[in-house]
Amino acid sequence: MVAAFDEMNGFGGEVRAPYRALAEWLGVQHLDTLRQKSAEAEVLFRRSGITFAVYGAEEAGERLIPFDILPRIISAEEWRRLELGIEQRVRSLNAFLYDIYHRQEILKAGKIPEELITQNSAFLPEMIGVDPPRGVYSHIIGVDLVRTGENEFMVLEDNTRTPSGVSYMLENRETMMHLFPDLFSRNRVRPVENYPDALLKTLESVAPGNLDAEPTIALLTPGVYNSAYFEHSFLADQMGVELVESSDLVVIDGLLRMKTTEGLKRVDVLYRRVDDDFLDPLVFDPTSLLGVPGIFDVYRSGRVTIVNAPGAGIADDKAIYSYIPAIIEFYTGKQPILANVETYNCREPASLKYVLDHLAELVVKEVHGSGGYGMLVGPKSTKDQIETFRAKLVANPSNYIAQPTLSLSTCPTLADSSVAPRHLDLRPFVLIGDQVRLMPGGLTRVALKKGSLVVNSSQGGGTKDTWVLQE
Amino acid sequence: MLGRTANDLYWLSRYIERAENIARLLEVGYRIVLLPREGEGFHEEWRSTLESAACVQGYVQRHGELLTQNVIDYMLFDTSNPSSIASCLASARRNGRAQRTALTREMWESLNSAWLEFSAIRPATVTSNSLPELLDWVRSRSALYRGALLNTILRNDTFYFSQVGTFIERADSTARILDVKYYHLLPSSEMVGSDKDNYQWAALLRSVSAHRSYRWVFKDHYRPLKIADFMILNRQMPRSLRSCYDELTVALRDLAVFYGVRHDCQTTAESTRDLLLEADMQNIFQSGLHEFVQDFIGRNNKLGNEISTAYHFSD
Repeated sequence: MVAAFDEMNGFGGEVRAPYRALAEWLGVQHLDTLRQKSAEAEVLFRRSGITFAVYGAEEAGERLIPFDILPRIISAEEWRRLELGIEQRVRSLNAFLYDIYHRQEILKAGKIPEELITQNSAFLPEMIGVDPPRGVYSHIIGVDLVRTGENEFMVLEDNTRTPSGVSYMLENRETMMHLFPDLFSRNRVRPVENYPDALLKTLESVAPGNLDAEPTIALLTPGVYNSAYFEHSFLADQMGVELVESSDLVVIDGLLRMKTTEGLKRVDVLYRRVDDDFLDPLVFDPTSLLGVPGIFDVYRSGRVTIVNAPGAGIADDKAIYSYIPAIIEFYTGKQPILANVETYNCREPASLKYVLDHLAELVVKEVHGSGGYGMLVGPKSTKDQIETFRAKLVANPSNYIAQPTLSLSTCPTLADSSVAPRHLDLRPFVLIGDQVRLMPGGLTRVALKKGSLVVNSSQGGGTKDTWVLQE
Repeated sequence: MLGRTANDLYWLSRYIERAENIARLLEVGYRIVLLPREGEGFHEEWRSTLESAACVQGYVQRHGELLTQNVIDYMLFDTSNPSSIASCLASARRNGRAQRTALTREMWESLNSAWLEFSAIRPATVTSNSLPELLDWVRSRSALYRGALLNTILRNDTFYFSQVGTFIERADSTARILDVKYYHLLPSSEMVGSDKDNYQWAALLRSVSAHRSYRWVFKDHYRPLKIADFMILNRQMPRSLRSCYDELTVALRDLAVFYGVRHDCQTTAESTRDLLLEADMQNIFQSGLHEFVQDFIGRNNKLGNEISTAYHFSD
């Protein structure tokens, strides 16, 4: 494989413009000082309780997501293009959701195979004809971007259900400002700290109409054992809204109410961080003990707004992903500004054949998988692993998609013995309500193992602070 | 505020207070066991310590015989004992984590670091030399949390429910120590003056951190009646039943003002406080200290239940 594009050094040669100040600073730092700062960062994170739970990990409980102290930097010009591309994409995704839950023009036009929607478990027939306020289904979207060259940013994945990681974006910045105030005086970094405020404005803007008072907002968490619980409580705290579990909620007289010390109180907007299946046992999963019986009826009658809307997940389904360029064109009449990664849908016989012939070069993912579980990275796998995966693929082709193994860009990272390049991606967070609000920054995830391309925290990935520079 | 939040805050305070009380009881028990004495007197001491902590049944089921090492282990590290210090710190931190949004950063960090540091201790490394230091550490962590609460939290329902939890737990603890330890000492009170006797009374006061303040308040030798008076009726002594109920009535009155509604619990707390205000130690002894304390423990539990109902802790 050819050498990856490095965020600081490009394909070799001069230091790229946005990294000049950092490179200069880094040049005069001792490795020991950096290590010490790194240890200080860890103490700060541990003390504030920023942990995440790892599924299946023996020691269970809580682990710290590793933080790398060297920032990832994006120039103003690069960001401007990303901004346009992301806004175009999230507006199209919402237009697509509105359409498939109403007239389904895109299916009638033959742009997407109908069964990909109607046979998809992420498509909720219960949502047909429901009109969410402002026509927004996915209010909070995390767009996963990868980079392979100076101008090559591509969207690897959209997260339109309950994207997580924004608390790391915020705490990473806090930590960096605490540890390296001098770096911020040498670089004009755009702030991200108003995210909770922007989120609150977005949530308020999609409240049901005809309320007598300011809307009451609550954040619904699966509970303290959820891997993203820290983030849930962090956001509720920053916004000053109640953090509720489904047992704190009840539907009475056609309204959603929460159980407070003063009795029941109406909830108008519910920012839920639970999956569709655990929202309402009466509608989605009768065997579930979780959820709020009757909440979906309240939602359908327009007396509570659920954020993101049930059924929004169809827009980030991996089987739909390869049709996103067509979706953007269909609803905007324009070409996508941000490209997709080339994708083979294994449900198509020709694609399946190609994938089976090239398993050693491809990345194969489960259509419904997430978090880096259940995937094959061909070039990094042994023959045995490839053959085991081949059997699974042949048994159930429509469960998989495949993509070329991308040479993800790298960025200088504090490794065991030196500062060394490591592969990374970028998840900016975008809010959609009365307007589209994109935070200048995001979550940069970095694969800490040398040569690794898997950046997920559950698979040994870490994070970096992400700087978007002012003009 | 969610009813569940109020419940978690109330219990969080109780667990922190309980960890501190257990540490103090163990410290006293351990000092007494170190005393030279005939036979197997230490059995009696550990039995009364476990009884004061309402842990005697659990201990006997698990270990049977009363051995110093087992008692220490059961009360410090055994997570099957819901009142062990390990359990208290873990439960407090679990409640705090569930209600992270209600706590200030200082409160959370004190809880979290107490739990992290305690979890890192290997029970086998705790020797008789390091035990007093460890128990001191537990008390200092409880003080740190209380300090963070008092200094950083808004004076609203979060604070009031935290106060209520602390003082319900403290009242219960002082009452149990009276009922068990004080009671055990009474028969020997005719022998006032012997060194051992003095030591025992001092130890009793130590278990409520009052052996020095007693001297300041009474300027007298340890006398059973005065000690009981100090622990029950004295308004200066911060762990007396009277002090606990002074604090409880204030916190509950503040809650009633905050929400604009009074419930049964306010009336119950005030009537118990009035009882302590008007009581006279001679009369209490005449009608029976044990009966008095049992009645008090019952009232205190009833108050806890009424608070839970009034503020929808769980429904």
